[in-house]
Amino acid sequence: MRSESLKKATIFCGVILTAIFSLGPFLLFVSSAFKTQGQLTAIPPQWLPAFSLEFFASAFKRYRIIGYLLNSTIVAGSTTLITMFLGTLAGYALARLPRQLAQSILIGILACSMFPQISIAGPIWRFLRLVGWLNTYQGLILPYVALTLPLSVWILTIFFQDIPRELESAALVDGCTRFGILGRIILPISLPGVFTAAILSFIYAWNEFFLALLIMTDPSMQTMPVGIALFQGEHTIPWGEIAAASFITTAPLVFMVLLFQGRIISGLSAGAVKG
Amino acid sequence: MASLELRKITKRFKDVVALSQIDLLVENGEFCVLLGPSGCGKSTLLQIVAGLVPQDEGSVLLDGEPVDHLSPRHRDVAMVFQNYALYPHMTVEQNLAFGLRMRGESKEFIKMRVLETARLLGMEGLLKRKPKELSGGQRQRVAMGRALVRKPKIFLLDEPLSNLDAQLRVSVRMELKRLHRQLGSTILYVTHDQAEAMSLGDKVVVMREGRIHQVGTPENIYEHPADTFVARFFGTPEMNLFKGRLVEVGGKQIFRSKDFSIDLETTPSKARSGSVEIGIRAEDIAIANDFESPLKGEVEMISNLGSERYAHVRIGSSTVTLRCSKKESLKPGEIVYLVMDHSRLHIFYEGKRHEEVKKGANERKN
Repeated sequence: MRSESLKKATIFCGVILTAIFSLGPFLLFVSSAFKTQGQLTAIPPQWLPAFSLEFFASAFKRYRIIGYLLNSTIVAGSTTLITMFLGTLAGYALARLPRQLAQSILIGILACSMFPQISIAGPIWRFLRLVGWLNTYQGLILPYVALTLPLSVWILTIFFQDIPRELESAALVDGCTRFGILGRIILPISLPGVFTAAILSFIYAWNEFFLALLIMTDPSMQTMPVGIALFQGEHTIPWGEIAAASFITTAPLVFMVLLFQGRIISGLSAGAVKG
Repeated sequence: MASLELRKITKRFKDVVALSQIDLLVENGEFCVLLGPSGCGKSTLLQIVAGLVPQDEGSVLLDGEPVDHLSPRHRDVAMVFQNYALYPHMTVEQNLAFGLRMRGESKEFIKMRVLETARLLGMEGLLKRKPKELSGGQRQRVAMGRALVRKPKIFLLDEPLSNLDAQLRVSVRMELKRLHRQLGSTILYVTHDQAEAMSLGDKVVVMREGRIHQVGTPENIYEHPADTFVARFFGTPEMNLFKGRLVEVGGKQIFRSKDFSIDLETTPSKARSGSVEIGIRAEDIAIANDFESPLKGEVEMISNLGSERYAHVRIGSSTVTLRCSKKESLKPGEIVYLVMDHSRLHIFYEGKRHEEVKKGANERKN
């Protein structure tokens, strides 16, 4: 009994430490965002913020982050939609190919996503300049789709492979078309997988910095991460506004993950089991 | 309801011939059972009828019309799968309604049909549940309901009872028979369980390795198995079969195996001499109580099935299974004398039934 409770206590402490270690910097940022200018530079540092919205107001007014937010939403949203559409079709096809063949294709797809970003950045930029897509939404969405597709295809294929074929046969006999089966049977059953792939794609496109910096040189087209990075002026670094803007960027993601986590669990328990 | 006809259906998977020249007629309202060991092609045949798998040669006809060019949704057949294949994200009601919805029926019509089917199967109380909240037997019922609700031309059932426990299997079997009698539907039913085939089928088709070995009523197949495969496969316990030779001695025909010989004076008809196999069912052998017959053996084992008991008797290197009467109290190790009902002997030449032609002709006359 004693060793059992000791074990539990150790695990508990470990979890707390891990949480503090990973959440610490994040909490520091969140607290900075809600401080006043005076609090931010106070010595010794003050841990508890005054819950002032001063920096948020300044981020919206002086740095016009609403434009960045809009750009990020358009780019990340479109990326997710396109990736999910293509990923679903590819995943369904792969899931119904002979396993051996599907496995080789999947490995090929994965290999494509292994190139270091810096090695593909040049060609992408030159290609986009050629077609005149620099500083356009589609110019950023295209590489994002290409980069998020491999993982999505993997996740979806694995989910689709687990669905017994009899279910499709049953739907065919019931009078469903192939696309009908995908929409009415396969996707609803694979909701957890679909949500997982969608969230991962969205987070990637939402947070991506390097390509966005390279492709979007026009401030009116820049996304949130790039916008925040370019806050800093010649002589000052506006820590407070950066923290506030970062909070605004992160909050929707955290919110979305929490929201979809519920959906994922309910999706799993809704009977995505063999009939 | 409709009749189903298969003409020279052939299916190959790469180099393996899964089905070879299958001809079959299922009459309107008939309960036809495809029976065979696993891998005999019976499920493939069912999928060909449904249109899920294309055949390489031959033709499928519903009500005399070829349907080979039609996709599954246009054939108007319904199928019940071994693992039920219920849509896990839909309630029972939605599962039942799915086929009708896909066919664009009106909401009121669908509702009426779903309720009617649920009532027929006694599952009105389950309509709002999801498949995972149902027991095995209930799922099986929903799978049946999903087929019934559409009132299709023909029902295709692919080992629908094999996932149920033994007790449930027997009761669902009876219910199936009742449903068939009530609705008069045409059914093509696949199973590897000969007891199911025997109790359900109006017509049984025994298949093996992509070929049909015999078609007939369960009684006919039991009484007159066309070959040694059917003789072994159909009926429990399996038919006793002995290899040996037929010889003529002084105008009498005698069967000789290396362990014993039988005088065939009262066989159904005169058979050719030569190497043969003879078969006899367990119920056609009895123990000679008051005389010493030439068939002497030692009781090896008794299997008690409750309502019936079978004795396994060793004669030399052969084992004979026979049904014993309730009164007999045999013990392993006991020496017994056996008598066979010679009119019930089956004779097979090279695996094929002797007299096949004559028997067939007689039946046709009847």
